Amino acid sequence: MSDTHTDLLIVGAGPAGMAAAVTARRHGLTVRVVDDQPAPGGQIWRAIETVAATPRLGRLGEAYRAGVDRAAAFRACGAIYEAQSQLWQIEPGFRAFVTRDGRACSFTASQVILATGAQERPVPFPGWTLPGVLTVGAAQILLKTADSIPEKPVWIAGCGPLPLLYMTQLLAAGGKIAGFLDTTPPGRLGTALRHLPQAVARLGDLAKGLSWSWALRRAGFPMIRHVTELRAEGKDKLQRLHYRTGSGSEGEVAAELLLVHEGVVPNIHPAVALGCAVTWNDPQQCQVPVLDGWGETTVAGVFVAGDGAGIAGAEAAEPRGRLAALRVAMNLGKLDDHAAETSARAERGLLARALALRPFLDALYAPRAQVFAPADETLVCRCEEVTAGELRARARQGRPGPNQLKAFTRAGMGPCQGRQCAATMTQIIAATQKRPIKEVEGYRVRPPLKPVTLGELASLDMQEPAA
Amino acid sequence: MFRKLHDPGRDAVTVHIDGSPVIAETGESVAAVLLRQPELWNRTTPVSESPRAPYCMMGVCFECLVEIDGQGSVQACLTPVRDGMQVIRQQGRRRLMA
Repeated sequence: MSDTHTDLLIVGAGPAGMAAAVTARRHGLTVRVVDDQPAPGGQIWRAIETVAATPRLGRLGEAYRAGVDRAAAFRACGAIYEAQSQLWQIEPGFRAFVTRDGRACSFTASQVILATGAQERPVPFPGWTLPGVLTVGAAQILLKTADSIPEKPVWIAGCGPLPLLYMTQLLAAGGKIAGFLDTTPPGRLGTALRHLPQAVARLGDLAKGLSWSWALRRAGFPMIRHVTELRAEGKDKLQRLHYRTGSGSEGEVAAELLLVHEGVVPNIHPAVALGCAVTWNDPQQCQVPVLDGWGETTVAGVFVAGDGAGIAGAEAAEPRGRLAALRVAMNLGKLDDHAAETSARAERGLLARALALRPFLDALYAPRAQVFAPADETLVCRCEEVTAGELRARARQGRPGPNQLKAFTRAGMGPCQGRQCAATMTQIIAATQKRPIKEVEGYRVRPPLKPVTLGELASLDMQEPAA
Repeated sequence: MFRKLHDPGRDAVTVHIDGSPVIAETGESVAAVLLRQPELWNRTTPVSESPRAPYCMMGVCFECLVEIDGQGSVQACLTPVRDGMQVIRQQGRRRLMA
């Protein structure tokens, strides 16, 4: 075996990728894991190995602490671990191209597990590109990786478990909150409670959520409910924050830092680039890959595990990662069907348990309609600075799809390659053309998945593949 | 904008932002250091030259592009600091000849 080939290539060293690696190694597979971060853990367990040795571990909570053992098991499993390596192309067969330290290289593998996780849903509103507007996830990453918190009392706007968790962690770290603009629409709890019978299995998690809410209420900062619209203003940086609620009341506050969050969506760029079929997930309002019970996509030998398969959190990511690894071991003749099925049964039980609360959370925290219908003046494409109004005007002329609109306007052509505008673009087209969102295709995703310099390309030591 | 809760102590390194030395800690990203500076921007856009600062901190928004040790358009949030690193805020379009 050459040193650039393994049985299995895993993209991503978060909960799913690490669990898949440990399982695949246990069944005797050679495994390579590429990840763009400097240390294992994914977003949920960012910097876990560093933080584990410090007193900061305590204030980040139990779910974060759980990453200590996972990272240690992953380090010890014998997988080849390529940190700080950005994947920019995977070819069928499979050959993956990555850059690391300014050089490009390629690896081959018999099967691939994409454990590329999630990103925060883009939340366009007027002024969201001003310095001083960040995502809640970004602030949490700063807390985990740099032990940094907002200097002054901070405004937080959004919906979902992450703002509640971050506010809890921020207060524990000695930070101050200026106010929380809760964008959860009215009546959501009633809808969500219909899923309570299924969620009863997760009473512990429900209690945890409630305890965060109570602790935050006791902290005494303003909480403004049913916020529907946000506008950030300022010269060259955030200075004022304007909001409006569902009942029409408005407010304006001075602010230098605003953190926003409206849920997370799967990162499916590599799967789409490989030609894996995707489908619309209505409760989560995002595209997800089409998968079988093992996590295998419509392209044989390519699996998706973790939040990339649909948002379900770290607890679901691990059994999904192990299921995919079991199937790979079966496919490569390292595990017989009976043994794989036996192991899979236990994993499916864990997965079902982890998913029990999901319909409740999806219903409670479904994004408000305004997230997908920003005002005309709003920049939808941050990179190429294309407004919602321009996209709407173009979308009315001849019913173009996202790929035509991209060619007309350059929206989606910047360095982020549509990661921040694709979802909004699709929604704007569906609304303007009165088409069901399911029928609007996404952007075509082409290599390189991340920008590559000519120098990096020139460093690629490519030999013609041996027959 | 952001402040660090502990003193880096032995893990302190020096990076230079537009030539000015600032203290950083081994293991943190260049973007985390930029967000602690009084001047909150790291680039101006190629289209309208409006200022931008780090937004997502996980490599998906590309707002934190800066010039690092002579290389333009590097994602500061994915780049750990190194002692002596030269970080330059980048303005407008990249040029072929620096």
